[in-house]
Amino acid sequence: MSDALTPPARPTAPVQRWLHNSIELLSSMRFAIALLTVICIASVIGTVVQQNQPAVNYVNEFGPFWAEFFRRLGLYAVYSAGWFLVILGFLVASTTLCIARNAPKILHDLRTFKENLRESALQAFHHKGRGEVPEAPAAALDRIAGMLTPGGWKARVQDRPNGTMVAARKGTSNRLGYLAAHSAIVLVCIGGLIDGDLIVRLQLLLQDKTPYVGDGQVADVPARHRLGTDNPTYRGNLFVAEGSKERVALITLSAGVVLQELPFDIELKKFTVEYYDTGMPKLFASDVVLHDRDGTTTTARIKVNEPLVHRGVTIFQSGFEDGGSRVRLKGHPLDRTGTPLAVEGNIGSSVPLVSQSAGEKLQLEFTELRPTNVENMADGDPAAAEGGTDARGVNFSDSLGKHLGSGARNPEDRKTQQNIGPSISYKLRDAAGQAREFHNFMVPVTLGGQRVFLLGVRNSPDEPFRYLRPPADAQDSLDDWLRMRSSLNDRKLRETAALHYAHLVTPKHQPDQIEPMRQATLKALELFSGADPQAAANPDPTARNGMPAMEAFLRARVPAKDQPRAAEVMMQVLGGGMQALLDGARERQGLQPLPVIEATQKFMVQAVLTLSDSYAYPAPLLFTLDGFDQIQASTFQVTRTPGKMLVYLGCVLLALGVCAMLYVRERRLWIWIEPTETGGSRLTMAMSVTRQSLDNDREFDTLRQTLLGAAAEPPVPAERPAESAPA
Amino acid sequence: MDTSTPLTSRPLMASGASSGNRRSTFDWVFAAILLAGAGYALQRYHASMDGYELGILLASVPALIALGWFWGPLRPLVLGVGAGALMAMAMYLQTPDNFGADLAAGEKRFFLKYLLSSQSAILWMGVLVFMSTLAYWAGFFAGKASAALQRFGSQLAWGAVFMALLGTMVRWFESHQIGPDIGHIPVSNLYEVFVLFIWVTTLFLLYYEQRYAGRQGIRALGAFVMLVVSAAVGFLVWYTLVREAHAIQPLVPALQSWWMKIHVPANFVGYGTFSLAAMVALAYLLKTTPARTLWIGLVAVPGAVLALMAAFWLVGLSAETQQAVFKGGRMIAGCMAFFAFAIALRQRLNDRTPSVEVLDDVMYKSIAVGFAFFTIATILGAFWAAEAWGGYWSWDPKETWALIVWLNYAAWLHMRLMKGLRGAMAAWWALVGLLVTTFAFLGVNMFLTGLHSYGQL
Repeated sequence: MSDALTPPARPTAPVQRWLHNSIELLSSMRFAIALLTVICIASVIGTVVQQNQPAVNYVNEFGPFWAEFFRRLGLYAVYSAGWFLVILGFLVASTTLCIARNAPKILHDLRTFKENLRESALQAFHHKGRGEVPEAPAAALDRIAGMLTPGGWKARVQDRPNGTMVAARKGTSNRLGYLAAHSAIVLVCIGGLIDGDLIVRLQLLLQDKTPYVGDGQVADVPARHRLGTDNPTYRGNLFVAEGSKERVALITLSAGVVLQELPFDIELKKFTVEYYDTGMPKLFASDVVLHDRDGTTTTARIKVNEPLVHRGVTIFQSGFEDGGSRVRLKGHPLDRTGTPLAVEGNIGSSVPLVSQSAGEKLQLEFTELRPTNVENMADGDPAAAEGGTDARGVNFSDSLGKHLGSGARNPEDRKTQQNIGPSISYKLRDAAGQAREFHNFMVPVTLGGQRVFLLGVRNSPDEPFRYLRPPADAQDSLDDWLRMRSSLNDRKLRETAALHYAHLVTPKHQPDQIEPMRQATLKALELFSGADPQAAANPDPTARNGMPAMEAFLRARVPAKDQPRAAEVMMQVLGGGMQALLDGARERQGLQPLPVIEATQKFMVQAVLTLSDSYAYPAPLLFTLDGFDQIQASTFQVTRTPGKMLVYLGCVLLALGVCAMLYVRERRLWIWIEPTETGGSRLTMAMSVTRQSLDNDREFDTLRQTLLGAAAEPPVPAERPAESAPA
Repeated sequence: MDTSTPLTSRPLMASGASSGNRRSTFDWVFAAILLAGAGYALQRYHASMDGYELGILLASVPALIALGWFWGPLRPLVLGVGAGALMAMAMYLQTPDNFGADLAAGEKRFFLKYLLSSQSAILWMGVLVFMSTLAYWAGFFAGKASAALQRFGSQLAWGAVFMALLGTMVRWFESHQIGPDIGHIPVSNLYEVFVLFIWVTTLFLLYYEQRYAGRQGIRALGAFVMLVVSAAVGFLVWYTLVREAHAIQPLVPALQSWWMKIHVPANFVGYGTFSLAAMVALAYLLKTTPARTLWIGLVAVPGAVLALMAAFWLVGLSAETQQAVFKGGRMIAGCMAFFAFAIALRQRLNDRTPSVEVLDDVMYKSIAVGFAFFTIATILGAFWAAEAWGGYWSWDPKETWALIVWLNYAAWLHMRLMKGLRGAMAAWWALVGLLVTTFAFLGVNMFLTGLHSYGQL
């Protein structure tokens, strides 16, 4: 980092020599570059290996041996690993030494013009020129002054017995830039160190405190895991639900958490999230009231990118979660008849359920409430998908045409983004601890021209949800579908429906056909509902009910060539039987039968298909969202960063320093004026620069031309020195 | 002279008044137009501007005047882009809809559809970049017409810069016509920053062309530099056609910050000049390094990397990584092909490229510019992060890679300024620097995840 400007005398004593050598090494550029390389490599590792993940993730990724090995090397928290901090420390030491060695000389040089240079020394410079001009020395000096001062040169004159030496300099801020940029590095590193978790760890050590590992209520955590409000530097997280007040933040360290008391309470009045019509979030904002210990309160709004500073603590909006919304669910039993079960709970809590038929114990966990879901409905809409995948090949001028015009999205695109209403996620956990996750929407959506409910289920978090799509009835509710599902379990209703349908479809003049028809319908309904004893005994559990049971029955009973025809008849009978079943169920509740219109037909087709699928639904109960009171929560990051000012000062110095170092060329110019015998003057000029560049060459040529004009002696080609000219 | 008796010295002062640089009439007209424009904007819109916007408007006028006075050709560029953007706005505003101008006019009005609307202008930019690259390369192989072709290449490059800036300005206007709260300066997603990269890099090339005008062969650099720019255009076209990335998106809360508007452009001055330096370094290496070394360094080493990647691919990776490795491999293979082509033709190219001193000087200058801007950009990024993420440094992958890029060029500059590093070593280093820069710019988005997840690839 330094060019050894003045090598000090070599000390002789062994200890001294050792000290001298290590300082020499520490401040050498070789060493600094080596450090930078190590820092770069460590940083690359830090970006490739995901940092601060739970230990189990690493074991999964690298295997137990390497996971442990890498852990010991500190690769999971590279940037706070001891060795990384030590290297940074060395870099700071190296830079500091570099400044310490060069600063005195730079400061000295700032004050001098080096006007004592011997005139003969001018010949040793790379940039030099000489020539005779007719004007007298005094006039020449005036002309030189007129040339240098407007050009920004600062100059001094020294009269000597045999002539006059003019020493000028320009661009001295280059050297100041050197000092600024290098001290900036030191400032930034020190500031960063102050704001890191080092000071928190140090406090724990000195106050004999430890990080806390485990769960539980904040209030129950003992004092030896807590830090007081006098802690000068920390970075913690704070979770506040709407309507509640918090005063303790969590500082996460690799060994656990530490609780940080804040000098005030944060009360969250309301959390607001707004969306653009594309579904992208537009605003996250928290309306908070800060209660100081002395009773004063401050009202404020904290947004992303607009933190709040209060009593030296900066509060950032860093995330949002559900703060325990109250949800009301209705559980519809699928495996029996019966009235729906009303359940109420808060997100994050759970309630036990007892499934009556199986006697199985289930735990219902309320996991997530989403009041708005903006989805791209083009994906699910077959009509839209057809337009999107044009198999006829892409017409070039069409596709070019799409990319002319404004950068705004097409209005048609925008319609595909829709808010499809609230949804609830819950888990059903069985006695063995296995859980399935469910994701049900509150209101139906229009898919392929039909109103359907989306009821999702998955067995593990890495799977996508698979959705059951029962149709909405004329009232846009799930009731008719649920009625059918429930009546299928009711033997009496099945029998009534079969008789009813048989009467309906048998021609009046063939009364003997009624009984066979009734039997066929009953068979279809029994097969479908799984009440048929033979179907129920099928070794394949998926073929015990629904369409698969009917298919299995046909396979077993009907010769292959008649199967298609028989299947058609059976489907027709099933459809009619189902409708009669629904009408029967409606009648029992004092409702009118469904009108014979196309919508009913469409509803029935979708209902029968989804009812068949519903037998594969992996739960005895289906929960729909009946209502909710949303309570949101904000996650705030609270920080106290006294090192920030140092870092910012360093940053400003760095920017100024880098610009000065790179854009200000430091150069010194000497002009030696001697009188000639003819009353004119002989001018000898030389320029020294710290760095060779074409700009310097050009500048010197211009200067020489201005000063000497045609009188200039042809320049003698000199070997270009690699380093700065002798000073 | 007797050194034992100290001589007195006195400060040197000029007696006469100095005459400053004379400004041309065009300079003053340029300044007057900018002042008038800003004055009009201020008078008409100051009610709807906040402090930052007022500050930016007021600061941009002297900044643009200074830039235009510093480098003459910027004056017609600035005025032309302004005029073009105003024309586009006037055409859009002829058909208002319920919010601002009806953007559908961009597909209906002839001049908007084929020239002035943002997508069309950016498409033209791409076409001009490709044509300019071709003209520059044709300059290598033409006999007498060589100089004319190269001049044509740089005129086309000027055209590309003009269209890019026009497209950017019009896109900015369009974004404000979609709906309230959507409008923003187009530097917020990968599509927009690629356009930025393209014009910044081209403009720096043109600046150096002018700066070293008269030096033999300086225009030949265009052939090298415009290749990177063409690659960026290729990427942009792919990104537009395959990913439909051209749509103006509103800003998510994390991006709603004033820092973004200066952090991103400053960064791209860095990326642009580092790329420029790397291509100049390539020209330097072709000129100075023995063929054997070139074949090893530019073809065999990437080939080995490619083989290694193929091995990895066969061993089996997750589908995602596999795809990324495949994309990376394709890029490397493309570079190898180009390097082989350049090495095979190096005699011909070398005859026309500038002297080693000029190449070295351009390389140093552009790295110096890039380093200064990159430093400022990283600092601005830290200031922004302090507001948005609650900490000025979070060791996010993008941040960390920016630091690596910064350290890389800091080391380069140290070696050069302190140890006088020059020649092939400096050139190889600058070329490798492009690799690091590209990874920081694109690779991080492709392979790593983090807070900077605004431009997933």
